[in-house]
Amino acid sequence: MASEERSSLSAGVESHRAPVRSGWKKAVHQFKQQNLPACKPVLTPAWVITTYFLIGVLFIPIGFISLRASMGVVEIVDRYDTECVPNSYKSDKVAYVKDMSVSKNCTRYLKVKKRMKAPIYVYYELDNYYQNHRRYVKSRNEQQLLHGLRYNSTSSCRPLELNKGLPIVPCGLVAWSLFNDSYSFSRGAEKLNVNRKNIAWQSDRDHKFGKKVHPFNFQNGTLIGGGKLDSRIPLSDQEDLIVWMRTAALPSFRKLYGRIEEDLDEDDVVIVNLLNNYNTYSFGGKKKIVLSTSSWLGGRNNFLGMTYILVGASSMFIALVFLLLHVKSSRLPAM
Amino acid sequence: MKRFVYINDDDQSHDLYCDNRISNRKYTVLNFLPKNLWEQFSRFMNQYFLLIACLQLWPLITPVNPASTWGPLLFIFAVSATKEAWDDYNRYVSDKKANEKQVWVVKKGVKKHIRAQDIHVGNLVWLRENDEVPCDLVLIGTSEPQGLCHIETSALDGETDLKTRVIASACAGIELELLHKIKGVIECPPPDKDIRRFDANMRLFPPFLDNDVCPLTIKNTILQSCYLRNTEWVCGVAIYAGNETKLGMSRGVPEPKLTAMDAMIDKLTGAIFVFQVVVVIVLGVAGNVWKDMEARKQWYVQYPNEGPWYELLVIPLRFELLCSIMIPISIKVSLDLVKSLYAKFIDWDQEMMDTKTGTPSHAANTAISEDLGQVEYILTDKTGTLTENKMIFKRCCISGTFYGNETGDALKDVKLLNAVSGGSSDVIRFLTVMSICNTVIPVQSKNGVLSYKAQSQDEEALVRAASQLHMVFVKKNASILEINFNASLLQYELLDTLEFTSDRKKMSIVVRDCQSGKIFLLSKGADEAILPCACTGQQIRTFTEAVEQYAQMGLRTLCVAWRELPEDEYREWSLTFKEANSTLVDREWRVSEVCQRLEVGLEILGVAAIEDRLQDGVPETIETLRKAGINFWMLTGDKQNTAIQIALSCNFVSPEPKGQLLLINGKTEDEVCRSLERVLLTMRITNSEPKDVAFVIDGWALEIALKHHRKAFTELSILSRTAICCRVTPSQKAQLVGILKSCDYRTLAIGDGGNDVRMIQQADIGVGISGREGLQAARAADYSIGKFRFLKRLILVHGRYSYNRTAFLSQYSFYKSLLICFIQIFFSFVSGVSGSSLFNSVSLMAYNVFYTSIPVLVSVLDKDLSERTVMQHPQILFYCQAGRLLNPSTFAGWFGRALFHAIVVFLITIHAYANEKSEIEEVSMVALSGCIWLQAFVVAIETNSFTILQHLAIWGNLLGFYVINWIISSVPAAGMYTIMFRLCGQPSYWITMFLIVVCGMGPVIALKYFRYTYRSSKINILQQAERLGGPILSLGSIETQQRSLERELSALSISQPKSRSPVYEPLLLDSPSALRRSFGPGPHTDFRTRNYKDN
Repeated sequence: MASEERSSLSAGVESHRAPVRSGWKKAVHQFKQQNLPACKPVLTPAWVITTYFLIGVLFIPIGFISLRASMGVVEIVDRYDTECVPNSYKSDKVAYVKDMSVSKNCTRYLKVKKRMKAPIYVYYELDNYYQNHRRYVKSRNEQQLLHGLRYNSTSSCRPLELNKGLPIVPCGLVAWSLFNDSYSFSRGAEKLNVNRKNIAWQSDRDHKFGKKVHPFNFQNGTLIGGGKLDSRIPLSDQEDLIVWMRTAALPSFRKLYGRIEEDLDEDDVVIVNLLNNYNTYSFGGKKKIVLSTSSWLGGRNNFLGMTYILVGASSMFIALVFLLLHVKSSRLPAM
Repeated sequence: MKRFVYINDDDQSHDLYCDNRISNRKYTVLNFLPKNLWEQFSRFMNQYFLLIACLQLWPLITPVNPASTWGPLLFIFAVSATKEAWDDYNRYVSDKKANEKQVWVVKKGVKKHIRAQDIHVGNLVWLRENDEVPCDLVLIGTSEPQGLCHIETSALDGETDLKTRVIASACAGIELELLHKIKGVIECPPPDKDIRRFDANMRLFPPFLDNDVCPLTIKNTILQSCYLRNTEWVCGVAIYAGNETKLGMSRGVPEPKLTAMDAMIDKLTGAIFVFQVVVVIVLGVAGNVWKDMEARKQWYVQYPNEGPWYELLVIPLRFELLCSIMIPISIKVSLDLVKSLYAKFIDWDQEMMDTKTGTPSHAANTAISEDLGQVEYILTDKTGTLTENKMIFKRCCISGTFYGNETGDALKDVKLLNAVSGGSSDVIRFLTVMSICNTVIPVQSKNGVLSYKAQSQDEEALVRAASQLHMVFVKKNASILEINFNASLLQYELLDTLEFTSDRKKMSIVVRDCQSGKIFLLSKGADEAILPCACTGQQIRTFTEAVEQYAQMGLRTLCVAWRELPEDEYREWSLTFKEANSTLVDREWRVSEVCQRLEVGLEILGVAAIEDRLQDGVPETIETLRKAGINFWMLTGDKQNTAIQIALSCNFVSPEPKGQLLLINGKTEDEVCRSLERVLLTMRITNSEPKDVAFVIDGWALEIALKHHRKAFTELSILSRTAICCRVTPSQKAQLVGILKSCDYRTLAIGDGGNDVRMIQQADIGVGISGREGLQAARAADYSIGKFRFLKRLILVHGRYSYNRTAFLSQYSFYKSLLICFIQIFFSFVSGVSGSSLFNSVSLMAYNVFYTSIPVLVSVLDKDLSERTVMQHPQILFYCQAGRLLNPSTFAGWFGRALFHAIVVFLITIHAYANEKSEIEEVSMVALSGCIWLQAFVVAIETNSFTILQHLAIWGNLLGFYVINWIISSVPAAGMYTIMFRLCGQPSYWITMFLIVVCGMGPVIALKYFRYTYRSSKINILQQAERLGGPILSLGSIETQQRSLERELSALSISQPKSRSPVYEPLLLDSPSALRRSFGPGPHTDFRTRNYKDN
């Protein structure tokens, strides 16, 4: 603990018979004689017990504050990947999603349980999706994203590197597997506007994705993966792609789809019209749509709050145990 | 293949044999790189890292940029190579100095001054007194009429006494002028390294033609690196030159010494390697299974249905690379760095500076400081090491009268002064023998001050004493000795010198009094050598008593005797002596036999006693170090009584009731065997008693014991804490070191003279005292100190601190590597066991090189206890001796800590940064900063004393981490562009960090506190006493507290089971060495793991 070195009762400064010298020389001399003044902290019962106690005192309130912040976040999560498959395809969902002729339209009704203040973030959540898989995470080329065809050593993009001898722009598995479900929201009859600008990081748009790089040959080869891109729009404005290319560290992740910039009242029903294009059926992944407000700590996540309270409580407990031990042992004459 | 050396022939032999260019260099400019690389790669660690680095070049499997391994690897190689190159350059410079020394050599019949390196085999080389011999020579001429010369061979065999060499018999009597023109051939064996053997033949060509070939032995040679002494000039034929000389052939690179700690670190590295292989196999199999079960279904990963043949290997190899950081690449560099700093601390230490002579201590071997803290046996020389080697004439007994008493020396005794001025004939004869029966050479400097050059300190002391008693030895002019006694000049003609040998233990000279023309034999020597030669009828009892009395006082005694020789007896004897001197077979034996014939019927004149004072602080040092659980053996060339007296006076052994001396003696194998067994039996019995038992053995018995009863003697060595070995030779000293080493003890040998060099080189740690016998021992040693008492500080302060610091540093290095590696392993479980890396290449490299190595390097300043406390409680050294701070058990603690911290960091990170925050760069930086925070606190918690430097390094490093990452985060091309700024702006990041620190450190500190307070080790007790007791309590109460502490420490020892070992090892009971003492044949390894438990 940081407090531990505060507890120094510096008995450590040893006398040395060297003559008094000027500051720097003296310090060098002390260094050479291993005699630099030092404080030697001791783990005295008083300090240790106080520290643990203080940590408890500090942690429990922080825990409650965090928990409150997290609880204040209103979150609507709706899993739609199973519901949006027509009954006839229930047994073979992969066939459904691969069949281009079948309509992928689907409608979900989300009930707002608590008033949600703008901005309301719209996320899609994927489960059991390994964006951190080694083959996947490496299969991209930063230079090409920024410079386009001018940069043509794209071997890192394998196995999706070339199309008809030309490098695919943007190449690699990450871009190729772009998420392509789309959502539109309405409240009753009234359409809810979803702002899909500025969902990607500003720094990515400015410095990582080229303003003059157009996805001219994207998704037109033999293998079609996920979403397609409008070849007229440069990569720096393809915000969905930019968001997708920020790979997730965990197999379950949310990515920003847009922002609803109106408040939603309690008992409002949000109607989501979605196109269920993206294939997660072949590997049993889940797809969810998430509407969530935000706090200073981010989205709804009780982990920090709970852990803080737990750690604070155990710290108090340890302080108590040590206190008892100390009292017990100091009664003995041996100490 | 024999070599034929043509003497003084300029054409024929040039090309056959190498010239006298000495080269100790390991490398040349051309072969440096390949040879050095080859050497570096012969080490397992380096091979391992090279393999990893090569595997990383394969982009299919590398999780990170190859630079993250190649960078540090190249750096490490560059550092080692530079060091080697520098050492080699220094060798080159010293070779060059030796090679360019000027020597007189006959070339084409003319004496020329040439460089030593241009000497060719067959050249005639001329040397003057005190010249160093440039190459191996066969003597063909000297300045002495008998064809003798004296050489000092200490650089070759460590013996300081002068040796006599004779010219080849065929060359006897050749005129000085003709030596230039001598021609001939020497047939000699190919170069070898045996310095005691040389069998060759010589034949001279006309006009020096001799009918027979003349046999040559080692007696006819003078070897490279010897010094010519007491001989004006010699002339010899070069037979071996350059690196082919006897010295050059025996010159090997000394084996690098490996400390016990290095061995332990190697073992732990091996264990980690095995662990790593297991992890790799398990994860590799899991990865392949997962790939087949899951990954093929994941269309976005695009696994091809048909992979190449090596497909099954790809995932295990990826994990191998991922886990390669488990073995810290930086550990060797860090250790080398701190070790050289330990050595510097020894060099700088002012308290180990001999203020009288201004000699600082010096650590020549920078790599073995930790071993100093683990010493179990100290083998010490006596003369010059324990004593000052400053001989002072103290007492004497002349014809029954004792001169000198407790109040003063014999020199100041009025009785003696009166006797001298009164002209008592006994006293005058005594003084005459004292002043001329020796090999001392008086030197008159220009301003008239007389000084004496003597090979033996004893002789010098005698001559000086005589001169103070007005018997001044003023001049030695060829064979005329001049003495100035009470203003009258006495002259003696030196007829013969019967040299001192260690077998004869006496020396004599035959002189003719120039006034009266009478011939006298003057002798002096050890009592057991002189007294039996006394003439019948003389009462020698008083002398025996005197010898005994003086020996009791720890003085060295010399008996002085003389005899008048009838002219014809001398003449007769003189012939046989000359004959014996010129024999080739068994010359030494023949000569001593002839000498024996003359040295009979002596009239004993008296006994002289010389004091060799103990150095300051020797008894205290020995006592302190013995308290620290170190065993002492004294190995001396001196005689038994003197050795025992010295041993008693310096606390080496206790006097009778408490201590017991067991003598092992005997002249034959049977006697020695019986004696040895008796001692062994006594030793076994008394082992359980609180008694200070030591055995005493002399060189002769030791030789037999080592030859025929090695096993019994080894057992004896293990049982006994103290031993005195007297009359031992340099090689026996080394053998004794070898015996203790073979029992797995850490040995330290300390000595000051050339005869200790072999023991010093053989021991784990060699300490040389830069004393009066020259710097030889100091040069061969790993450490050189000015006085014996500095040994205490060297071991208790420097050795102990070095051990503690390295123990922490090495284990910490493994901890930090394991920490980050465990996180990588955990991450692989959430990334489809595919071997992807959570951290980016830059972070991984910087983690090892910058973020975690700087704080730990300042642990070289850490002191767990103050120097004073350690000196007061030397028992605490036991923790180092027993290896309590670095062993598999403590290592398991660090391993567990790494695992625990990895779990804390990983779980908190993935939960706090879940859902929309789980961007991989951010998560990676959160986990990395978690590790950095934790390691800063781990270093802090393990630091015992914080100096300003530690604070700077620990907290400055933490700040440095952020600064470096902010800089990287502001480079648009970098992968982690803006990441660190983003994170630092999030409250959740700081909250997460705080949580990681508290979760990680809370249990660690709680455990440490609990142990510290309720399961305190002795170190903790002393720490508490030192820090809390110090400034608060008054002086009186400190003392009582320390006394109570002492009681506590001793109480601990009493409460221990008594059966295992004697009471002298209060703290050693649990140590592995205590167990080793049981001498069981069982394997050493299993108890090591068992017995480190209660640390």
